[in-house]
Parts: sequence; structure tokens; C-alpha cells
Amino acid sequence: MSDLLRDLDFFNLDDLLTAEERMARDSVKQFVRREVLPSVEKHFAGETFPKELIPQMAELGMFGANLKGYGCAGMNNVAYGLIMQELEAGDSGLRSFASVQSALSMYAIYANGTEEQKRRFLPEMAKGKLIGCFGLTEPDHGSDPGGMETRARKDGDGWILNGTKRWITNGSIADLAIVWAKVDEGITGFVVERGTPGFSARDIHGKFSMRASITSELILEDVRIPRTAHLPQARGLKAPLGCLTQARYGIAWGAIGAARSCYQCALDYTKSRKQFTRPLAGYQLVQAKLVEMLTEITKAQMVCLRLAHLKDQGKMRPEHVSFAKRNNVNEALEIARHARDMLGANGIVNEYPVIRHMLNLETVNTYEGTFDVHTLILGRDVTGESAFD
Amino acid sequence: MKILVPIKRVPDPATTIRVLPDGSGIATDNVKWVINPFCEIAIEEALRIKEKQTGEVILLTVGQTTWQEQLRTGLAMGADRAILVKTDAALDQLAIARIIAKVAGDEKPDLVILGKQAIDDDSNQVGQIVAETLAWPQATFASKVEFAGDKCTVIREVDGGLETIAFKLPGLITTDLRLNEPRYASLPGIMKARKKELKEVAADSLGVDLAPKLKIKRLDAPPKRQAGRKVASVEELVQVLHTEAKAI
Ligand SMILES: Cc1cc2nc3c(=O)[nH]c(=O)nc-3n(C[C@H](O)[C@H](O)[C@H](O)COP(=O)(O)OP(=O)(O)OC[C@H]3O[C@@H](n4cnc5c(N)ncnc54)[C@H](O)[C@@H]3O)c2cc1C
Ligand SMILES: Cc1cc2nc3c(=O)[nH]c(=O)nc-3n(C[C@H](O)[C@H](O)[C@H](O)COP(=O)(O)OP(=O)(O)OC[C@H]3O[C@@H](n4cnc5c(N)ncnc54)[C@H](O)[C@@H]3O)c2cc1C
Repeated sequence: MSDLLRDLDFFNLDDLLTAEERMARDSVKQFVRREVLPSVEKHFAGETFPKELIPQMAELGMFGANLKGYGCAGMNNVAYGLIMQELEAGDSGLRSFASVQSALSMYAIYANGTEEQKRRFLPEMAKGKLIGCFGLTEPDHGSDPGGMETRARKDGDGWILNGTKRWITNGSIADLAIVWAKVDEGITGFVVERGTPGFSARDIHGKFSMRASITSELILEDVRIPRTAHLPQARGLKAPLGCLTQARYGIAWGAIGAARSCYQCALDYTKSRKQFTRPLAGYQLVQAKLVEMLTEITKAQMVCLRLAHLKDQGKMRPEHVSFAKRNNVNEALEIARHARDMLGANGIVNEYPVIRHMLNLETVNTYEGTFDVHTLILGRDVTGESAFD
Repeated sequence: MKILVPIKRVPDPATTIRVLPDGSGIATDNVKWVINPFCEIAIEEALRIKEKQTGEVILLTVGQTTWQEQLRTGLAMGADRAILVKTDAALDQLAIARIIAKVAGDEKPDLVILGKQAIDDDSNQVGQIVAETLAWPQATFASKVEFAGDKCTVIREVDGGLETIAFKLPGLITTDLRLNEPRYASLPGIMKARKKELKEVAADSLGVDLAPKLKIKRLDAPPKRQAGRKVASVEELVQVLHTEAKAI
């Protein structure tokens, strides 16, 4: 089988990338080829995250790659997006890890923290020495985080936290958790460090999706944290939503990677597998599917590149990100399902990466705002009417 | 130690190569270009030597302006500066080697290290010609390199095993596949590479004879492989290898 990580560039979009952006992509692609692909099926089967890759990912500069200063690479958003794309061409779980570390945890501190908090945490997080997780979702509040029940109350000089967070990527392997909680003034954020009394994490098992990624429940029982653990700039729901915008941006790119791997696999497979009189790729129905995949991947690439340029120019709106996340993940999931079908019985085994991507993309469709939630965000944007409640 | 690493730009080994219908070359539309894998190994080795002993790693390539990209990748891996000897002409190996020898003469490195061959034309001679031109010792096909003062010990991969040779610097090494595993260009490295010096020199300003002695008349795609045949037993396999293939 040929290289499933190879680029798909029907419209020569590479011409619109700088040499640096291509270099960043190719470096990460090479990393995924050499370090991720050989063991990813084993991790998926065993429900383990490839922790051994963290130092190398840090060495490559992937964590907080688009943040400036504090030991971060300071790349632009095109390069950052391409990195996410290549990671997810390997596995959505790996990209999730990078997203949570960079766009959710590091960014939460970067955007809402004090100078002291930034200096203390960000360089260590960029080095992969400190792992973060992001606790927003609760057992009873997913699409509606504003309804959260986790509470923080002032206690002398510090705070006391109570509540439960669920579906938290990296939860049990994290050194610090960004915990969103309600105070009298509304929603705000805290950095809760591992080992703080009353704070524990429990892994969620039995997942059919994102098996090479850790997903946990965080339990906070009278967790006392100092004043310095509060993120003072985090005022209201817009603070966590600002982080989600960053992560969703990366996900829009990542989905292209997963879709591309599925497409390349289905293309190779149908070109070499003969049924009846010809290779499967010689049948009209199969060609129609391949062309549909090619078209959707190419459109998603164009949306992302434009989105990246808007982001770099400071002109990106959250609704732009909703558009890209909603469309790209949905199309990637469709592409993965088609590719699965085109591999016949071989499509159900882990000799090929397709079913793994397909299963992972079910999560990608759900987290960071479900497909329908983004529909409502865009619907509100075009009509001026909120249809959420 | 001052180390000069000449590198070549080649088509990505993962891309499918198509020969042009008239056989004059390969189709270059949609070809992705990378550093020749053997040259990447040379860069890695140079960086490791530098990291152990301090010094300077200088990249060199002979080609068009677009070849800057591969130099930048090498700079992003950690090389200190780069030289592009610019030419639009398709030079042969002799001319390339003469240019490298000329630059080595000017830069006076302690070591020139380069790939044993490029995966495009597999010619395997540039290193040897450079050493000969400079009248320097050479150790080709290196799989291990060690230094003690100005003495360099190289384990070479030769037919039928390994050979250990030693020479005094300055000298030249060509790299084999098993010498090391090259590092990735890190993202901070890519950002740093922006600020590193990349000097352009016109090839015809070097006073080197560039006239080609070698002419590529035509390229042909390799013939399609014939389907193999299944044999029933090891005995039959040995028999066939002996009588038909005459391989044993
Ligand atoms: C593997 C994994 C990792 C995750 N990692 C994290 C993490 O690191 N941090 C974190 O905070 N969260 C994380 N999540 C949680 C994720 O963000 C939520 O699952 C997501 O927000 C959806 O919430 P929910 O599961 O409660 O579904 P619900 O909100 O209950 O939604 C169920 C369905 O109802 C639909 N729906 C909801 N509201 C409406 C409406 N108003 N109108 C119409 N339809 C509606 C949804 O579209 C969906 O189809 C993760 C989830 C998974 C699966
Ligand atoms: C869990 C499992 C259990 C099974 N159990 C049994 C069993 O007990 N007994 C048994 O005999 N078999 C069994 N099968 C095999 C199953 O019936 C085959 O997988 C099925 O017939 C498809 O064949 P294939 O996998 O070779 O796919 P292929 O025939 O290679 O099909 C691959 C793709 O090409 C498409 N395709 C094929 N031909 C054309 C065409 N002419 N034009 C357009 N598209 C085309 C297909 O729709 C599919 O999308 C089992 C399979 C699985 C996964």
C-alpha cells in the first residue's frame, strides 16, 4: 500500500502556502508517518494514549504553536492549521491531545491569565512538561454550558470549588485542569493542579470512538485553591467560548486530515481490488464516490485556508469557525463512511485506518459544538433569531 | 569543527514519477520536492558532530532559486548558514563536484559530508570527485563516524560487511542509510531559519568549467513487471532458482 499520508492538492493550493508553512506541515507529516502510524492501532485497540510521543511533540514545537512568546513557536495560523491537519491524518485522538493542550488549556491561560500565571505555566506546557485539560462540560450540561452547576465560592484569600466535569480529554493524565465554574458574577475560570485535595479524575471506558485518547470525569469536592489559581480576565461564558473558537479552528483543519487519509485509502484500495471484470475504481458508482470525496475535501481545504488568512488578519468571526467546523467535520464523517463501505469487509478491520477514523469522527462531530449547535449558531447569525431555547 | 554539507533537491520518494512522452525528462508538475534522503542524513550527522564539539554547519546546493526551500529546511533543522550556487543549467556531476570543491576551497571546512548518492539519478560519484579534486582523503558509505582530535574513524558499509578506515582532517565523508535517523525541522527551528544567512552566488562567477561532459539522451520508464509465479514447495523454489533463474 502506498503512502496514506500523502497530500491531496487538486487545485494547487500549495502555491498559496509559504515555504515555512509547507515545511511545518511536512515536518509534522513525517513525524506522524514515523512515530504515530506504527503504533496507533495498538493504542486504539488498548484504549491508551501514546504518552511516549509527548516529548517529541513538544520538541517539534507543536504545543501552543500559534501563540507568541512564553516558549511558544509563534507560527501563523496557516501553519498551525496544517499541523492539526497532519496530526489528525494520523488519529483524531492525537489531534485532540494537541488541541486540548494548545487551543484550550494554554490559550485559556494566555487569554485570561495574569502575567505571573502565563510565565509559570505556558513555557512548561510548551515543553510538554505540564499537561493540561479543559473542564467545561458536565454530566447534565453539554451543548448548554451556561447551565453549569459547578460552583466556586470565596474562602478567605482563596476559593472553594464543588462540582463534576465529564467528558474531559486528558483528564486523568493532566497536571493542571482549567475548570470553569459559576461565581456570583457569572462564569469564570480556575487552574486546578493535580493532587489538590478533593480533586480527582476517573477515566471513562467503553468508548467506541477516540479510543487512543483519554477521556475522564473530574470530581471536585470542596477543593480549596489559592487566589492565584483564579484566571482574572475570565469574565462570563465568552471566556470559555473564546477558547472553543481556537480549538474549533484547529478541528476544522484536522477533519481534512482524517478525510484525506480515508480518501487515499479508498482510492488505493479500489484501484487495486478487482471484482467482476475490472478494478473497482473502474465502475461508475465507485468513481462517483471518489469524486464526491475529492470535491468535499478540496472545498474544505479552501474554506480552511481562507479562514486561516482571516484569523491571521484578525478578521475571523466565531461564526466563520462554526461554518468550517460544521461543514468539514460533517463531510469528513461522510467521507469516512463511504470509504468504509468501499473497502467491503476489509473496511471493518484495523488493517486499514478507515474504520478508526470513521469512529473517531463521530466524537469530532459531537464535541466542540455539535453539528446542530453550529447550525443554530449560523441560523442565528443569518436570521437574527435565536433558536436555542 | 567547520563542516560543509552539500545537498540536493530531489522529487519526494512518495510521489509517482512520470517520464515525459518525448523522454527528455520527468514531468515536474505536481511533483513535491524534498532534500535527498542521503543528504538529510549528512545534515543530521553534521549537526550531531557540531553539538558534540561546537563549530559551524554550512549548507550548499547548486541549482535554481527554488532550491532555497531545501536549504531553508536544512537551516530549520539547525544548520547555521547556507549557500546557493545559482544556475538554471542542468549541470552534470563533474561540474557540480567542481563547484563544491571550489566552495570548499574558499570556505576551508574541516569536513565535507554529503549523501553517497541522490535518489533521482543514483549516480554515486559527486563525493568521490570532490575529494579527488581537493586531493583530500575520502570515506564513502559511512555507517558510523567518530573523531579523536583531527583523526576521523569511519565504519563503511561495503559488499559483504563493514570496513573501518581512518584519516586525518580535512577530509570527506559520504553517508549511507544506517548512519543516523535525521531529526525533524521543529517549528521553532523553522521560525529561526528565517533569520539565518542564505547567500546566493552565480555559478558562472566561480571560474569553474561547467561544460557538460555527460549528456542524457533519453529517459524511459522501467518496463512493467511481469506477474510472478507461485511454486508449491521449498524444494521446487530451490530447483527453479537454480535451473531457471540461475541465481543459486
Ligand atoms: C471523546 C470526547 C472528548 C471530549 N472532551 C471534552 C473536553 O476536553 N472538555 C469539555 O469540556 N468537553 C469535552 N467533551 C464534551 C463535548 O463537548 C460534549 O459532548 C458536547 O458539547 C455535547 O454535549 P452532550 O454530550 O451533553 O450532548 P447534548 O448537549 O445533550 O446534545 C445531544 C444532542 O442534542 C442536540 N441538541 C442540543 N441542544 C439542542 C438544541 N437547542 N436544539 C436542537 N438540538 C440540540 C445536539 O446537537 C446533540 O445532537 C468531549 C466529548 C467527547 C465525546
Ligand atoms: C463480519 C462479516 C461476516 C461475514 N460473514 C460471511 C459469511 O458467513 N459467509 C460469506 O460467504 N461471506 C461473509 N462475509 C463476506 C461479505 O458477504 C462480503 O464482505 C460482501 O459480499 C462484500 O464483499 P467484499 O468484502 O469482497 O467487498 P467488495 O465486493 O470488494 O466490495 C467493495 C466495494 O465495492 C463495491 N462494488 C463491488 N462491485 C461493484 C460494482 N460492480 N460496481 C460498483 N461498486 C461495486 C461494493 O458495493 C463495496 O462498496 C462476511 C463479512 C463480514 C464483514
